[in-house]
Amino acid sequence: MYRKKVSTTLAVAAALGLLLSSCANQPGTSGSGDTAGAGAGAANKVNIPALTKIDTPAGAVLPKGDGKGKCPATTTLAYAGAETGANAQLGVNIFNGIQLAINEHNAANPGCQVQFKKYDTEGDPNKATGPVTQVVSEPNIIGVVGLPFSGESKATGNIFEQKGLVHITPSATGVSLTTNGWTTFFRGLGNDGVQGPAAAKFLTGKLEAKKIYVVQDDSEYGIGLATSTSAGLSSALAGTEKVTTGQKDFSAVISKIINAKADAVFYAGYYAEGAPFDQQLVAKGFTGTFIGPDGVKDDQFIKQAGDASNNAYFTCPCIPGELIPTFETAYKKLANAEPGTYSIEGYDAATVLLSGIDAGKQTRPDLLAWVKSYDKDGLSKHYKWDSKGELQAPTVYGYKVDNGKIVPVGPIGE
Amino acid sequence: MSTTEGPPLIPGAEAKKISLDRESAGAHRRGGWFNGLGQRWNALPRQKQWFYLIIIVVLAYLLPVVNPPFISTEPGNNWPLACAQMSIYALVAVGLNVVVGYAGLLDLGYVAFFAVGSYTAAMLTSPDSPYVHIPYLWTLPVAMGVAMFFGVMLGIPTLRLRGDYLAIVTLGFGEIVRIMATIIPAMKGQVGFQNVGHPPGTDAAGNAIFLNSNGTPWYWLTLSVIIVVLLLAGNLERSRVGRAWIAIREDEDAAEIMGVPTFKYKVWAFVIGASVGGLSGALFAGQVGFVNNQKFDVVTSVLFLCAVVLGGTGNKVGAILGGALVAYIPLRFTAIAEYKFLIFGVALVLIMIFRPAGLLPARQRLLAYGRAAYNKVTGRKGVGDAGGSRAMSTRVSDEEKGAQT
Amino acid sequence: MLPSLLASMPMDNDWISFDVPSLIENFWSATFDGLTFGSIYALVALGYTLVYGVLNLINFAHSEVFIMGCFGVWFTLSALNFGPSAPHLGFWAIVGNLILALVVGMIVSALTAVIVERVAYRPLRRRNAPRLAFLITAIGVSFSIQYLLYLWRGPSPERALTMFHPTPIFDVFGTIIDSQQIVIVVAAVIMMIVIDLFISRSRTGRGIRAVAQDPDTATLMGVNKERIIMTTFIIGGILAGAAALFYTMKIPSGVQYNGGFILGIKAFAAAVLGGIGNVRGALVGGLLLGLIGNYGQILLGNSQWTDVVAFLVLVLVLILRPQGVLGSSLGRSKA
Repeated sequence: MYRKKVSTTLAVAAALGLLLSSCANQPGTSGSGDTAGAGAGAANKVNIPALTKIDTPAGAVLPKGDGKGKCPATTTLAYAGAETGANAQLGVNIFNGIQLAINEHNAANPGCQVQFKKYDTEGDPNKATGPVTQVVSEPNIIGVVGLPFSGESKATGNIFEQKGLVHITPSATGVSLTTNGWTTFFRGLGNDGVQGPAAAKFLTGKLEAKKIYVVQDDSEYGIGLATSTSAGLSSALAGTEKVTTGQKDFSAVISKIINAKADAVFYAGYYAEGAPFDQQLVAKGFTGTFIGPDGVKDDQFIKQAGDASNNAYFTCPCIPGELIPTFETAYKKLANAEPGTYSIEGYDAATVLLSGIDAGKQTRPDLLAWVKSYDKDGLSKHYKWDSKGELQAPTVYGYKVDNGKIVPVGPIGE
Repeated sequence: MSTTEGPPLIPGAEAKKISLDRESAGAHRRGGWFNGLGQRWNALPRQKQWFYLIIIVVLAYLLPVVNPPFISTEPGNNWPLACAQMSIYALVAVGLNVVVGYAGLLDLGYVAFFAVGSYTAAMLTSPDSPYVHIPYLWTLPVAMGVAMFFGVMLGIPTLRLRGDYLAIVTLGFGEIVRIMATIIPAMKGQVGFQNVGHPPGTDAAGNAIFLNSNGTPWYWLTLSVIIVVLLLAGNLERSRVGRAWIAIREDEDAAEIMGVPTFKYKVWAFVIGASVGGLSGALFAGQVGFVNNQKFDVVTSVLFLCAVVLGGTGNKVGAILGGALVAYIPLRFTAIAEYKFLIFGVALVLIMIFRPAGLLPARQRLLAYGRAAYNKVTGRKGVGDAGGSRAMSTRVSDEEKGAQT
Repeated sequence: MLPSLLASMPMDNDWISFDVPSLIENFWSATFDGLTFGSIYALVALGYTLVYGVLNLINFAHSEVFIMGCFGVWFTLSALNFGPSAPHLGFWAIVGNLILALVVGMIVSALTAVIVERVAYRPLRRRNAPRLAFLITAIGVSFSIQYLLYLWRGPSPERALTMFHPTPIFDVFGTIIDSQQIVIVVAAVIMMIVIDLFISRSRTGRGIRAVAQDPDTATLMGVNKERIIMTTFIIGGILAGAAALFYTMKIPSGVQYNGGFILGIKAFAAAVLGGIGNVRGALVGGLLLGLIGNYGQILLGNSQWTDVVAFLVLVLVLILRPQGVLGSSLGRSKA
């Protein structure tokens, strides 16, 4: 039988040999597979220069405050959201940002050592009620940063409301979240109703796309974003297509896109599907632009899509925290990684709560009232909420892939 | 050997006898505690059994209030809510036990009925749904009915298949239901239904009692449902239907030849299982307050099956234990989130290696003759082998004989 | 009540279409893609079918045997400096590297399969456990391996690897067939043929068939049952390792801790479709499943229909032919 196994291997070798013959000289001839920046998708790419620095508000509130904060040792802030599961990376970005804010605060305020607790929801609406109920039933927790995703926020918002516990989401962008009449829900960034039209403007304006294909996944986030973007594109919309969470093969969708001769694809969903989608899109010969929203904007996207990601642009209601040098160094020291998407939003949200604690707002109702009337600059943007819990002046940034890194290209949609 | 049939899901009488012998020989060597418990229990007189049962039930009702240290899932997860989840899984396991344990039909798509129940409750109560709205408690029977309908729809074409063919077909059915929930716009896919209804009632402060953040009332409701279902299932088990199921499980061809309408009874098992699945789905929807397509994947289906087999296939008390355990382990270890499923996987393997028939193995018994006959067969003179209980079981068996002729 | 229910149904019909022109237009590309996926399913399906034939056991952990192979392939190719962009290598260098990765993938998968057999199934066989216990153990092992991988490599897929850029080879009715598709299909089919010959001609193959037919008699006749079982797991593992290479080639970012699960289910469905326990059935079932899913999603206008169509066809086939397309008999296949 040993001989048989060898013959199996030989047979495969022969097969590979036979069929690879035309691939060998391939990298040289077609020009793809060269160094980053010259991938197949680069042909039609409109070059928008990268931003190298952003202005931080001069009087931004920082977690360390004035160093005179006083609070009981039991004072606790919590993060509720994904620590494990398929979309855990986003959660990691966020709670590292929070951890950083709390560390800075505690180092500067010997009289006020705020504790930090994390609760894992796996990002799953069906599992979120248990941890969230636990959060609201622990009397020492007076403020929460989370939940990161729209679905789980939707499933648990009423629990926070029942117990009057303030929570600031650093990343959930579903439009409907602020229409439930919850008074404890605050959103630390612009929602999809802001991002979609901005993305449409970005595509038809700066990126000069004429025929845009919109692909959405089956999440609330993807569907909402695809709808608002499609509306903004109007006549430039070449077609729409749906994919599923967890899908790995996109060949059928891709052949439709290529047949429609679209010059740009807007993917409304998360990087877990967006990355293989872009990779397969480029592998099948698509030469236009790929553009994804904040759910796609992640280093994981580049890691998984490889060279194909050179045709990618992103929109995000998030601020490029990595361009704020003080934040970047401190974060790197803590997490041993570059700040990710929403790290700075988590940091800023925690800062809002911490500054309330320092100002003596150390009960749930006090802290809730504090956030409601908050009107100050954070490191990333100005924080002031309207009566529903939406930020009054959100910004949307454009990003692109440059040399294997995501770099900002400036505010869009204005 | 015919690969379409394969050996029965539970080893036949022969293997059982061997394993029984071995178990009684090595009862004190490993796992003796559970076995000894079972034997001692069967030896108790009826009155004492009832007495202990009442104590156990009272303790079960007190579970969420007591919040026992170490066992508790806090601080990762709220304990009363964890209890509610455990009770719902236990109910699911009791329902699936009818299909897998009694009738021996390997169903890997049980989550489909659970999903049907959840969606029925959600679509008839959630403000997100445009359909007719009815009070939440009415959705429980409706969910059972709809799930039964689906059970018939799936059962009639597929129950002619046997063994593992049935397994893959049911698994496929589960996936189809989940994907349809994604595709059909009216079912709202991942967006889901928010604010699913709950039973009426407010506390002194005017807040609703059945909130999705308050596990205790949900736990009590589900526990009561479980007790009712257990009583019904116990009766069914000892009836003609139950005997037919066991005959089918042990040897379908023999049962067919002996005049058992196997197909009919298999559909019955499927439909009854489906209705309990639908009921638990509706309870789950109410308790979580939110329904979308993410819960109803193959993994959940597989977990349900694990619950039944862990507890002891064919043993309804075992099913409750298994269901509670399957829900409990991941919730208990949320604090060490990364390890929880690893612990779960290893626990599955270890339990199966050391107790292959489950934590509480089902006893092969002549159900109609009850414990008296069982004791005679095993040659044991139980402490409680009192005349009263013997007379009672004999009378029951006589009645049933009469019903058969 | 019913009319009002119907009236309130949103009449949104774009979730299902019956797009025959689209199917005709995309027919050939769907066919070739379907065949490519089908071959991968078929290779994995063989692992299920062989173990099922011999032990009458749905080896749920086979999807993890497969994904371990993917990790083996991934680490080998990463060590050989393959990355998101194809490396600049000569033809023979690429072939050599791929074969190395193939061998590593096969070894890793086969090892995993053997360990699973030793740790999980053999103790149960010794104890004469009921069949359901095997199934649950398989599930438990599957969970354990998945989450060991999760602890080790995290939740995100591994970096994409491009082995070579697919180049058009020839053209069928206007649809280009590329080298990647051909490599996968041809290699898979060759391997299936070799395995089929191995089962039907070799001494070990005869042993496998004997054990499948009647384990007790085979043991009495001097067949070493434990060794045959081990061999079966090894063969299944080797094929899963080969599938791992092709899968990573086709879906470069599919190497992920839970990436094997769904593929495993589809491969098992393929095995049942062709007739479980039947080696050729696995090939037929795999290819059919790949094709049907691809046609279905184009016809019905949404990629989510793939699995629905595949499973519906499976149910229909089983109702009409309960033994699968080619019938199920490892034991009775031609001597």
